[in-house]
Amino acid sequence: MTMARAEKTYGTMTTASYAVMASLIAGAILALIVAAKAADTPMAIHASLFLLAFVAGVFTLISRHFNALEHRPGADDGLGYNDNVVKAGVIATLFWGVAGMLAGLYIASELAFPALNFDFAYINFGRLRPVHTSGVIFAFGGNALIATSFYVVQRTCRARLAGEIAPWFVFWGYQLFLVVAVTGYLMGVTQSREYAEPEWYTDIWLTIVWVVYLLVFLGTLMKRREPHIYVANWFYLAFIVTIALLHITNNLAVPETWVSSKSYSVFSGVQDALIQWWYGHNAVGFFLTAGFLGMMYYFVPKRANRPVYSYRLSIIHFWSLIFIYIWAGPHHLHYTALPDWAQTLGMTFSIMLWMPSWGGMINGLMTLSGAWDKLRTDPVLRILVVSLAFYGMSTFEGPVMSVKAVNSLSHYTDWTIGHVHSGAMGWVGFVTFGAVYCLVPWLWKRERLYSMALVSWHFWIATMGIVLYITSMWVSGILQGLMWRAYDSQGFLEYSFVETVAAMHPFYIIRAAGGLLYLTGTLIMVYNCWRTIRGDVRAGEPIIPDANPSIVSGPLAAQPAE
Amino acid sequence: MSKFNHAIIEKNSILLLVLTLIVVSVGGLIEIVPTFLITTTIEDVKGMRPYTPLELKGRDIYIREGCYLCHSQMIRSLRSEVERYGHYSLAAESMYDHPFQWGSKRIGPDLARVGGKYSDEWHRLHMENPRQVVPESVMPGYPFLAKTPLDYSHVDDDLRALAATGVPYTAEDIANAKADLVAQVKPDADTTGLMKRYPKAIARDYSGNPQMVSELDALVAYLQMLGTLVDFNAYDGADFNQ
Amino acid sequence: MMQLHASALAGMTGLILFIVLFAIAVTYALWPSNKQIFDHLARLPLEDDHEEKGQ
Repeated sequence: MTMARAEKTYGTMTTASYAVMASLIAGAILALIVAAKAADTPMAIHASLFLLAFVAGVFTLISRHFNALEHRPGADDGLGYNDNVVKAGVIATLFWGVAGMLAGLYIASELAFPALNFDFAYINFGRLRPVHTSGVIFAFGGNALIATSFYVVQRTCRARLAGEIAPWFVFWGYQLFLVVAVTGYLMGVTQSREYAEPEWYTDIWLTIVWVVYLLVFLGTLMKRREPHIYVANWFYLAFIVTIALLHITNNLAVPETWVSSKSYSVFSGVQDALIQWWYGHNAVGFFLTAGFLGMMYYFVPKRANRPVYSYRLSIIHFWSLIFIYIWAGPHHLHYTALPDWAQTLGMTFSIMLWMPSWGGMINGLMTLSGAWDKLRTDPVLRILVVSLAFYGMSTFEGPVMSVKAVNSLSHYTDWTIGHVHSGAMGWVGFVTFGAVYCLVPWLWKRERLYSMALVSWHFWIATMGIVLYITSMWVSGILQGLMWRAYDSQGFLEYSFVETVAAMHPFYIIRAAGGLLYLTGTLIMVYNCWRTIRGDVRAGEPIIPDANPSIVSGPLAAQPAE
Repeated sequence: MSKFNHAIIEKNSILLLVLTLIVVSVGGLIEIVPTFLITTTIEDVKGMRPYTPLELKGRDIYIREGCYLCHSQMIRSLRSEVERYGHYSLAAESMYDHPFQWGSKRIGPDLARVGGKYSDEWHRLHMENPRQVVPESVMPGYPFLAKTPLDYSHVDDDLRALAATGVPYTAEDIANAKADLVAQVKPDADTTGLMKRYPKAIARDYSGNPQMVSELDALVAYLQMLGTLVDFNAYDGADFNQ
Repeated sequence: MMQLHASALAGMTGLILFIVLFAIAVTYALWPSNKQIFDHLARLPLEDDHEEKGQ
């Protein structure tokens, strides 16, 4: 019955698709008006970009309709899992990963060799830095989260993704958000709120996309054919709703005019700082932690072919983590004009946060108990396990740095940068690489990856990159922090500021080298994935049993779902 | 399994959503709301005023170029910082900052009290090529600022938007915004209105190029007023620490 | 004085709420009749297939 209904409706124009088309046309008209009346060049360019995207959307809907009428072979039949949107997400993850890391490598080189700025507005450090941060966090990480959440929620609910147009709207809408944000940074369009730089109109667009994302995810949960909701979906859901809450609150602003790309935030000064770091810290907590923990809770057990170590612990992990994380923001504002009571509160809860973080890490690592030998044979599992090790390391370092006495030294220095990168490269990056290496053969129905040896190469090169990065930033951060507070025998400050800048030079070079290694690893992954998608298998490599559960665990997987 | 009661399942995912929202709201509410309600969050000090139109446009350029990514504007209440940069920053000093510019990283020095520390000429050279005046600097050069005319055609809209967020710009301030902007940078202009509306505003040709109101004029005007509004001598020995 | 109030009050409220939440989560996690559900859920990722079945 389901099949008959799906065949009849898939691809044809339903009320929903008419509504989407009407909205796209309305959006296009609005974009046209704004483009015509724009108060500044960036707004004119961005409005035109929106116009193009909306028109492309309308044409896509129309051609989708006719394709379905003609029953073109190869077209998605609307049955089974919706994996095409996941495939697109994986490709976008790879693309943005390279772009974001390349931007990072470039700005790292600019700090080592300022001549690389070329004193050219569009590539100066100040404009490229948000390209890097948004590129790796929201573009690479965000696409990875959307793609894996779409994959995981379908499998663990045994249900096709809710909606047919909606998931694609989320995918393309999110790419549009990224393109507008990044081109905006290059033109100097920024709210100057770290990790929330896009201006008001971009924020509104992201809000629309995000609400549809929530509805798709929630809709899939609602039509699930499993009685219970697997814990990975809890983490994904918390990630989606909390980011919505944070995004909307932190970006409240009054635009100069409705056709201007400039806005002023509703909050000011100390309250604004508190709200921004409430946002900033929880972007780490819910985007870079909760979301990726959702990924971890699916891919680690799946890859190890072992159930999660303790499902009970995962429940306690979830509620403790989401409760405590929200309080930790003020540790970004120690010794500032923020009232002391708020600083103390932020520090206390940051230390408490250590507990659930390690609970989650232990739960992930112990999933491998009895299967540790797989680490020797399966480099993908190795990447996933090392991501958990880095997660444990940076969630230990974080609470230490939130102690006021430590923070007085570490704040404003490269130590923070090193800390962020051990989390971003080690945890977020590696868990994503692991998931991508799992997904590519599964999605494109290949028996195995093109080359496991290349996965190993990627692993070692990237790990070396991280080690160079973190150690150089530890040394430079602590060194600079100590130099800032050093006194000579007369009781005067010993170093001028610029002396501390000059002292950073060698470490900035080492850091850039670390970034280059990490990017090289990513490029190896892209090559490996591309060859896998083409269906190639590298000659001469031994076939590793268990490396691909989708093939090997056949009998188990073949058990009927109902 | 198909007999499973769907109503309960659907309620469960909504229940999970609602519980999650409640749990993540607690911390934010308890921490953030009191800072708006407790009056001592922002000290009551004399001297703070909203930015002049020229300073505001300079601040917009500061934001546009991402200066906040390398320069903080927040002197912490630590001995070494106070000795290096001056009196620790008060909450009141950023009360008109939408958004705040406290920063999070010092690739370059703190700028909270940079106003008046260097001459306009130093800033001009520094912006053209930082290594002309600070050989070890890793800052990018901004030679294009001196060559780009300042677009202040919407500065009244800026003041209006800020007034909507609570900055005490009056209708008169908004009406005179463009004139005040020009008056602050043209050497021979009548500045009585400007001075009345923005006490302690400094009017002079910041960029050394009287032919044009450039982006450099605005940026230097902004930098030269940073941290100069509150007269700390009037609060000798006062403890603002909360 | 006011600050002391806010600090003590906020911290204590947070702590109490956390203890309550933690107690509920632990009770839920350890509730004997839930064990079966959790065992089933823990195996879920291993038993799913790459194709949707039962259409």
